[in-house]
Amino acid sequence: MERERLVVVGAGMAGLKLLEELKSRCPGRYNVTVVGAEPEPAYNRVLLSSLLAGEASDEDLALKERAWYGANGYRLFTGAEARAIDRAGKRVTLRDGRVLAYDKLVLATGSEPIRLPLPGGHLPQVLTFRDRCDAMKMTALATPGARAVVIGGGLLGLEAAYGLVKLGCAVTVVHLADKLMERQLDAAGAATLKRALEAKGIAFALGAQSETILGETRVEGLRLATGEVLPADMIIMACGVRPNAVLGRAAELEAKRGILVDDAMRASDPDVFAIGECAEHRGVVYGLVAPAYEHARTLAAHLAGEAEIYEGSLLSTNLKVSGVSVFSAGLVEAEEGCETVLLADPGHGHYRKFLVREDRLVGAILVGEASDALWYLDLIAKGEALGAMRDDLAFGRSFAMAA
Amino acid sequence: MNVHAPNQTPAPTATTCPYCGVGCGVLATPDRLGGATVAGDPDHPSNFGRLCSKGSALGETLALEGRLLHPEVAGRRVAWEAALDAAAKGFRKALETHGPRSIAIYLSGQLLTEDYYAANKLFKGFLGSANVDTNSRLCMSSSVAGHKRAFGADTVPGTYRDLETADLLVLVGSNAAWCHPVLYQRMLAAKAGRGTKIVVIDPRRTATAEEADLHLPLAGGTDAALFAGLLAYLAAAGRIDEAYVAAHTNGFDAALGKAREAAPDAGATAEACGLAKADVAAFFDLFAKTERVVTLYSQGVNQSLAGVDKVNAILNCHLATGRIGREGMGPFSLTGQPNAMGGREVGGLANQLAAHMGFDAESVDRVRRFWSAPRMAKAEGLKAVDMFEAIGRGEIKALWVMGTNPAASLPRADEARAALAKLDCFVVSENMASTDTVTAGAHIRLPAAAWGEKDGTVTNSERRISRQRPFLAPPGQARPDWWAIAQVARRLGHGEAFAWRTVGEVFREHAALSAFENDGARDFDIGALADLDTRDYDRLQPVQWPAPRGGVRRETRFFAKGGFFTADGRARLVAVEPQPAPPAETAYPYRLNTGRIRDQWHTMTRTGKSPRLASHLPEPFLEISVGDAAREGLLDGGFARVTSAHGAATLRVRVAEGAPSGALFAPIHWTGETASDARVGALVHALYDPISGQPDAKATPAAVAPVAFAVQGFALSRSGFGPLQGDAWWAKAAVPNGAGLLFACDAAPDLETLLPALEPEDEIVSFADPSRGAFRAAVFRDGVLEACLFVGARRSESPWTYLRGKLGEPISEGRIRSLLLAGRASEGAAQGPLVCACHGVPKGEIETAISGGCADAAAVGAATKAGTNCGSCLPEIRRMLAGARAAELAPA
Repeated sequence: MERERLVVVGAGMAGLKLLEELKSRCPGRYNVTVVGAEPEPAYNRVLLSSLLAGEASDEDLALKERAWYGANGYRLFTGAEARAIDRAGKRVTLRDGRVLAYDKLVLATGSEPIRLPLPGGHLPQVLTFRDRCDAMKMTALATPGARAVVIGGGLLGLEAAYGLVKLGCAVTVVHLADKLMERQLDAAGAATLKRALEAKGIAFALGAQSETILGETRVEGLRLATGEVLPADMIIMACGVRPNAVLGRAAELEAKRGILVDDAMRASDPDVFAIGECAEHRGVVYGLVAPAYEHARTLAAHLAGEAEIYEGSLLSTNLKVSGVSVFSAGLVEAEEGCETVLLADPGHGHYRKFLVREDRLVGAILVGEASDALWYLDLIAKGEALGAMRDDLAFGRSFAMAA
Repeated sequence: MNVHAPNQTPAPTATTCPYCGVGCGVLATPDRLGGATVAGDPDHPSNFGRLCSKGSALGETLALEGRLLHPEVAGRRVAWEAALDAAAKGFRKALETHGPRSIAIYLSGQLLTEDYYAANKLFKGFLGSANVDTNSRLCMSSSVAGHKRAFGADTVPGTYRDLETADLLVLVGSNAAWCHPVLYQRMLAAKAGRGTKIVVIDPRRTATAEEADLHLPLAGGTDAALFAGLLAYLAAAGRIDEAYVAAHTNGFDAALGKAREAAPDAGATAEACGLAKADVAAFFDLFAKTERVVTLYSQGVNQSLAGVDKVNAILNCHLATGRIGREGMGPFSLTGQPNAMGGREVGGLANQLAAHMGFDAESVDRVRRFWSAPRMAKAEGLKAVDMFEAIGRGEIKALWVMGTNPAASLPRADEARAALAKLDCFVVSENMASTDTVTAGAHIRLPAAAWGEKDGTVTNSERRISRQRPFLAPPGQARPDWWAIAQVARRLGHGEAFAWRTVGEVFREHAALSAFENDGARDFDIGALADLDTRDYDRLQPVQWPAPRGGVRRETRFFAKGGFFTADGRARLVAVEPQPAPPAETAYPYRLNTGRIRDQWHTMTRTGKSPRLASHLPEPFLEISVGDAAREGLLDGGFARVTSAHGAATLRVRVAEGAPSGALFAPIHWTGETASDARVGALVHALYDPISGQPDAKATPAAVAPVAFAVQGFALSRSGFGPLQGDAWWAKAAVPNGAGLLFACDAAPDLETLLPALEPEDEIVSFADPSRGAFRAAVFRDGVLEACLFVGARRSESPWTYLRGKLGEPISEGRIRSLLLAGRASEGAAQGPLVCACHGVPKGEIETAISGGCADAAAVGAATKAGTNCGSCLPEIRRMLAGARAAELAPA
């Protein structure tokens, strides 16, 4: 019997995870082809900011060598962007004209960075920070003493800013909100983070609306809505990503922000699936690797004939700035019925907040030190009663478990 | 840092411990930084090298924080000359205007014999006043009176060695395990070595009682009935030493008759004392059949309305059996203070004249001639309680308080404190700048040399005179008390009689008086020491009296062959009429007992400085039985308001297994300086034994009720505390590198108010869990824990124990310092309060050792060192072992 053809569009981390899961669950069951727009196989995108900061090497980013794909019977096309899906004909057309027939199609196209439509945004020193190519461009511009403005005080913007500081740049982060990482941190946590990053040499303009990028042929600065001008040799736009759902939308798959999927990661076509950042599940689009991996696992199980459903992921955030760990999961602000526990050491840049409802941990913020992050994440995910651990919760696993 | 000026001699100085009456030899080695390290003197016959927890911690008590270093008059610092002039003027004015009855001096068992001698001589011989009394009145005056009634003199017949050669030790009203630990260890060694039986007679199940072969938890105050019953039993059992009784005693028949009326047999005795008949019978049988019996007694006997009768009831049994003055037997009064005995020898009591002489005309004349005294007191003066009542009535106008804190320690202490404010002239000689007595309105404050600085002698419970030698220079302008007395005497026109140049000269005069026209007529004779030259005095080895001229005797026991100091040379058996326990009062249904704890001494002016000693029981507490606590709604670890007709205190509740029903116990140590509301002396009624004048501090009618506070916790600081707001409860406790404050109040204290020394650069780490009422903060300065606040709805003993050891400590590299606010080590095991103060071993470590297989106290000691020094924690360790065994045996 002919094996079913499985085409995976997107050779990123979600796609690779799917291949790994299939290998362990139902090796050889599918005739798999993977196509990716980037010139290389999947790498660890999470480490891009560490690469920029010089704290990780190219080797550190590598996941699976090309040979691995072949050895496991996977066909891999890189630098091969998918252009169209013919659902009726069950075919995918690539940019170079090749056509891949499929029995089952997986979209793992990830997301793309948002570029603010600012005057001057076309200048060559205006960059986004999404892939290895972006990192290389930033590294090239980041000569010592260069002035960089990062628009966006979220996870990615802060990591980019830190990387540029490490490369010797004078960096200012411009952020629309009045606190950093406002979706993940409360005011005190954000303030602690800001102080810690200031100590690392990053300057901030909070509550600041970017208006115009100055410069004729090259970037010379950023003018804010207040009229203030921040001189700059480069501008990094790190103000969010949007799901890369163009292909699915064009194929008339149901989509909102992302391609809508059910609890089996199935799109509106029974033979088409979506995983990772391009998927929208129960109204949520995830921008992190952990949920993407869960999607991949769920889908692999499903493709292997196992019954597994995905019920959504617990959102958690980890900032990778050396010495300034940030972790956030669950609720950020206390809601009705929440008890708040705080542990703060502003001098050392440590801050912890916990939200407890009905003796269950429903939110955790760790700034400055987050070695117990996964334990807290697990507590929130499991939702079990804290009991005797409650009083020592703030002091971490070893204290609370000994209580 | 505030320390003594460096001393030039780093060699160890042999001196004597300033705490209890055991009188242990101490080797002190100055550290050249103003402090010293201390060790037990292996050659001293009291302790042979051992020290208890308090003695071991003496080195921690030498800092000068809080010391009175300069004379003050009316709150202003003045030169000694001016202060002495003012004192002399005040006393002269009172004498001239109101006569000798208007002056008084209140002394202390902490004073050296020479200080005592000088004060006694000035008042009784030169100012004409016998209003010379002492805190020893509160301590052992019933023993003095009992001795005098029975023996004709205040004689302790036996020696410490008897405790090691006895076959039965009976401890009556004595928690020697805590209050005389080194001596108690000698008793336990005898128990282990020769199988000596130990019987403890005490209403409380004390640490001493826990180690006993037999504990008789008699109803408070019924000791006389028990010993009356014993006398009757001894007679019935044919155990009377007829020959001794006939040859050396009077009053046997009357005493036995009264005893038979009161407690004819074991059953009647058991009923009178609230004991099980079998226990009483066992005790009687053991006593009857054991020749070598030592009966030791202290405050449980002495501090009683019938203290003297209790003493005589005990003495009767030893006299009737002839078990006195021979190896391994005799009655033995354990004195509480380091020099209560020296004070008695000097005669520093209102009802004694001098050198074991009374106010009979012959003695008055003899002493007058010896002193060439112009103005002899001819009759007894006012004893402590009466003295302070006379002050309150305005009859005494000028008072000198020396080395004691009557505003805290006298019965009805609030009234005593108020009385002090009425004096025209109020002189205090003190080590400390602020005490309840100093702040009661002392006009003239004289800085006294403290232990380690002063020079002289003390006498212990077995009549052994030892030297207290200086090893530190007196700080500031501190001076010896005898010198201050002599200076005032000179200003009052008696310079010639007080012209001593050295303390040795004072001692020689005291020794000479003891021998003056003595010839064996008086027990106290140290004539052999009257000719010591300065070098001999400096080198004086511990010596037991009697030591008459012509050589120190080998045998220093008294009365084996009679030779009592009564007119007819016979001992008196006293016909004691045991009093029934008074009925409970409706408004005050409990009886408040007071006493010492293991690791504190008196009003904590010295031991209160030691972090080690503050770790055992850091707070003032009230001990109550399980049933009474339940009835009153008191929870272990909660708070109780205890009230009497005279005062009140708020104390931490300790519900104690084995505490007697209807009785409360509170320690005496806390004052207005160390706690918000724990002046236990204020509650104690001022009733006293009619003969000795010793107050009954063991059975004040009292009531108790729970007190609730919204929050409680503690604070630690390297630089002191600001006030707590509102009606807060607090107690201070010494901690390493700073001060500790335990508190309870209605709202979490404000950090900035409580820690006023915070600086803007200080880094504050905080923890808040408002729904649990928890707030904690740690203040770091230059990377070191500078202060800490720990507040919660519940008591936090383990965090206190853990964090008190972190103050002033740097946080180790890589450690997340906010985790300090968890209040314990991350290993998790709560270490709990310190059990072994000597080696600093906390409860948790001992529990770990026990659960790790240590089956007895020796094994625990080998594993943790706990209990291997003074041994006073061994009862607690054994209790933990027994608890662990019981838990093992209990069905799951």
